[in-house]
Amino acid sequence: MHAKLEVEGVVKRFPAAEGAGAGGGSVEALAGVSLHVEEREFVTLLGPSGCGKSTLCNIVAGLYSADEGAVRLDGAPLDGTRGRVAYMQQKDLLLPWRTVLRNATLGLEVQGVRGPAARAEALELLRTFGLDGFERAYPSALSGGMRQRVALVRTLLCRREMLVLDEPFGALDALTRSAMQDYLLRLRGEFRRTVLFITHDVEEAVLLSDRIYVLTGRPGRVRATMPVAVPRPRRPVDEGVVRLKAEILDLLRAEPAGVSG
Amino acid sequence: MSAVGPRRVAAAPEEARAGARAAAGWTAAVARRAASWGGRIAPPATLFVALLAAWEWAVRAFGVPAYILPAPSRIAGVLIADRALLLGDAAVTLEEVLVGFAVAFVVGIVLALAIFSSRTIERAVYPLVIASQTIPVFAIAPLLIVWFGYGMASKVAMAALIVFFPIVVNTVDGLRAADEDLVNLLRILGADRRRILFTIRVPAALPFVFSGVRIAVATSVIGAVIGEWVGATQGLGFAMIHANAQLHIDRVFAAIVYLSVMALALFGTVSGVEWVALPWRRAERAVRR
Repeated sequence: MHAKLEVEGVVKRFPAAEGAGAGGGSVEALAGVSLHVEEREFVTLLGPSGCGKSTLCNIVAGLYSADEGAVRLDGAPLDGTRGRVAYMQQKDLLLPWRTVLRNATLGLEVQGVRGPAARAEALELLRTFGLDGFERAYPSALSGGMRQRVALVRTLLCRREMLVLDEPFGALDALTRSAMQDYLLRLRGEFRRTVLFITHDVEEAVLLSDRIYVLTGRPGRVRATMPVAVPRPRRPVDEGVVRLKAEILDLLRAEPAGVSG
Repeated sequence: MSAVGPRRVAAAPEEARAGARAAAGWTAAVARRAASWGGRIAPPATLFVALLAAWEWAVRAFGVPAYILPAPSRIAGVLIADRALLLGDAAVTLEEVLVGFAVAFVVGIVLALAIFSSRTIERAVYPLVIASQTIPVFAIAPLLIVWFGYGMASKVAMAALIVFFPIVVNTVDGLRAADEDLVNLLRILGADRRRILFTIRVPAALPFVFSGVRIAVATSVIGAVIGEWVGATQGLGFAMIHANAQLHIDRVFAAIVYLSVMALALFGTVSGVEWVALPWRRAERAVRR
């Protein structure tokens, strides 16, 4: 029996920027990262900026491939193949010339699904995410939180079981962000998706996840994996949440490389 | 860090704001545009009328003969009296402009797509396209008459040559201007090059294409007129040369008025098409206001 997503000893190097320190012609972003995500599990990668979280996401999304190691989805290698996981980034990446509705159906369209059925499905989801009445608005008329929700609907409408969410709320203010977290939890609940979530916000990680991987600074490695046993719904003041938060912060502070968390 | 507070309420005020913006629909946009137009047109219109009045006064006060500089009132008289003749010539010139524009547009867009899609074509063709701009198109007008004759074809070629460059350059720039993150999004979704081109690059290029076309369409009138000066049997340019030779300077001015109106109308048409074709640009501008 395979895990939904398996990442095994993934190494990724990038050519060093010109003018950077002499010697090695490449910078290691990921130094042998191994992790797995079970079916319908919400797993978070937590780590300081520059730890290669986004690099790992891009590899899983198929944007580029690993230099060493393997990535498997449902047991089948995911080597630079695209379109098998749904991917959402910090930037909402809405097409400014498309209405909210037509942005939402973009993933379906690429898969060749068009027409009233696709529209109906999108309208339904837009309503679920509190966007009814905005179907025909252009992204420029929306607030940051709403734009990010449209991006979330678009990601869901890719009809993939595996979602990779790379700091999707990184650009939002704290209040909007906590409202968005509620929406995210529904991905796991009513939409039955498997989620690989990236953040550098410890509290967000503890509130949302079933399990957390704590990564080290550059080059990225898995430092620890922590199951989150706190019963849901969780609140930031719950004892279990507070305790786990402190534990993770200690781990991050113990970081030898001196990268701020 | 996120607060404990009431979550669902948190998003409400920003949504109300965005809602009000989105609700400002089409009619409101038209009304707003009309109002801002009134404010923008009044100052230049006043100045224009004042300049005409000064011209009229100067011609009368100094007794300038009509074969040197006719008064605006006299030009207006010719505009009306000779309208059948001048409108006939205007129709010829307009046809040359439109056909020339259409040819240059189709060829220009196809070439821009080719330059964008192939490094080889770009390296070979693009420098030549740019270098060709050092050749004054007007200087080759006599050659075009030799090659294409006194009829419509030589003027169409002139107009097309002038229009071609801004269309190619703007379209190439526009295709390159697409946000690479959007392109990557489409890649991740599993889209092929063709779909990326039509879903991302072409829509992103359209505002650039329109600004190229707006410049091009006004200058294409110049191209057609020069063609007519060099050798023609009809058209506004021909009418000007003819009237000039007979010292009918008022008719020369009348032809110039027709040409200006034509260029303005073409410019306005392109802006109108852009307004209808790119509603998202209107939405962006409305937000910024």
